[in-house]
Amino acid sequence: MTAKINIKNMNLFYTQFQALKNVNLDIEKNEITAFIGPSGCGKSTLLKSLNRMNDLIEGCRIEGEILLDGQNIYGKIDVNALRKRVGMVFQKPNPFPMSIYENVAYGPKTHGIRSKVKLDEIVETSLKNAAIWDELKDRLKKNALSLSGGQQQRLCVARALAVEPEVLLMDEPTSALDPISTAKIEDLVLELKKKYTIVIVTHNMQQATRISDKTAFFLLGEMIEFNETETLFSIPKDKRTEDYITGRFG
Amino acid sequence: MRARFEIQLEKLNQGVTEMGALVEEALEHAIDALVHENREVAEKNIEFDREIDQKMKEIETLCLKLLLSQQPVARDLRLISAVLKMVSDLERIGDQCADISEIVLTFPADSEKGLELKYIPLMADATRKMVTESVDAFVKKDLELAKAVCEYDDVVDDLFDSVRRNLITAIRENMENGEKIIDILMIAKYFERIGDHAVNVAKWVIFSITGERNGCGYIGHDEDMKGK
Repeated sequence: MTAKINIKNMNLFYTQFQALKNVNLDIEKNEITAFIGPSGCGKSTLLKSLNRMNDLIEGCRIEGEILLDGQNIYGKIDVNALRKRVGMVFQKPNPFPMSIYENVAYGPKTHGIRSKVKLDEIVETSLKNAAIWDELKDRLKKNALSLSGGQQQRLCVARALAVEPEVLLMDEPTSALDPISTAKIEDLVLELKKKYTIVIVTHNMQQATRISDKTAFFLLGEMIEFNETETLFSIPKDKRTEDYITGRFG
Repeated sequence: MRARFEIQLEKLNQGVTEMGALVEEALEHAIDALVHENREVAEKNIEFDREIDQKMKEIETLCLKLLLSQQPVARDLRLISAVLKMVSDLERIGDQCADISEIVLTFPADSEKGLELKYIPLMADATRKMVTESVDAFVKKDLELAKAVCEYDDVVDDLFDSVRRNLITAIRENMENGEKIIDILMIAKYFERIGDHAVNVAKWVIFSITGERNGCGYIGHDEDMKGK
C-alpha cells in the first residue's frame, strides 16, 4: 500500500481555539477512508485542510505537515492546482444555477479547455463516472436546479471528477438524501475508489461500515483511533471509540 | 444513553441465564433417569426438551429484533451474535439429554442395574460442571472461567475412553448384557458431545468478551465476508 496523503503532527487553530491536536494519519491510495466522531470533533476541519479550504477562514493557523504524494501542501504550492488534484463534494448538493452541461464543463473551462469536442467528451465521461449519464444525457441543457437532490449530488460528483482529481473529499455527501439516492452514492463511491483516493466524513456509522476501508474516530480535536473499518467497528481498542460507536457516548 | 437498548440487552442476558438453567435441569434429570433407571423421570425429561426449544426461539427472536432495530456494533454486536450461536449449542445439549432419557426407556425392566455404569456418573458430573460453568462464564463475563471450561474438556474425553474400555471388558465377561452395554456406550458418547457443546458455549463467551474466535481472527476478517 502507498500512502497518498501523510498527515504529520498536525495542529490547527481557529485564532485561540485548537480544533485539531497533533493528528498523525496516512491515507492510502485507492482506498476509502472515513472520518467519524461527534459534531465539533474536528473531522470536517481535517477534511477541509486536505485541499486548504480552511485558508479561507480568518484566524486559521496550521502547524505540522500534510503531504500529498510526498509534497507538503502547506509549502510553496499553487493552491488552485492543489484543489484540482483534491476535489470536494459537500453535504448539501450545490450545483451552479446553470445547465447540467455547464456545471460539469465549468471546471475544465477554468483550467483552460476551450475545445467543444473535448468539453463534450469530459462532460460525458464525468457524468458516466458519476453514474448519472443515462438519466441526464437527453437533458443536458436543462437547469441543474431542476434535478432531484440525489441527482444534484451525483452531478456535483461529476463536476468534481471533470477536472480529473486524484483525491475526492466528501463531507457528509448523503446526509441530505433519501435512502435510494444514498445507496446510489454509496455504490458510486465504491466504484470510484478504483481510480481515486476517497476521504469521507459521515455521521452515518453504518455507511462507514458499508463503504470505507479504514476509519478514523475523532473526539475533541484528537484522533482517538484509526484502523481497518471492520476491526474498529467490531473490536475497538479505545473505550472512547467503543462508547461512541455503540451509542453510549456522553 | 440508549436506555431501551440496555434494557433489551439485559433481557437477552436474562433469557440466556434462564435457558442455561433449563438445560442444567434437563441434564440433572437425564443423569437421575440413567443412574436410577427411573422411567418416569426419563419420560418427563423428553417432554421437558420442548421448553428448552421454546426458550431458544424466544432468544433468537429477540436477537434478530435487536440486530434489525439497533444495528449493533462492537461489544453489542459480539454479544448478540455470540448469543445466537450459544443458544444452538444449549438447545443441542437439551436434545442430547432427551436422547439419553429415550435410551433409558429402552432398557429391559429386568436388566442388571449399575454394573456397566462404573465411569458414567463421573462423566455425568464432569459434563454437568462444564455446562454450569459455561453458563456462569456468560453471566459473569468471566474470561478465565470460560477458558477453564475449554481445558476441562480433556477430562470428559479421558473419561469417555475409560467408559469405552470398561464396556469392552464388560462385554467380554458377559455377552448377555451386550445390548445394554452398546446403549450405555451411546450414552457416554452423548455426554462427551454435551461436553463439546459446553466448550462451544465457552468459546462464544470468549468471543463476546475479546472478539477472538478460536484464535483465528475475529468477525469480519474473512476475505469472503468483505463483499466489496
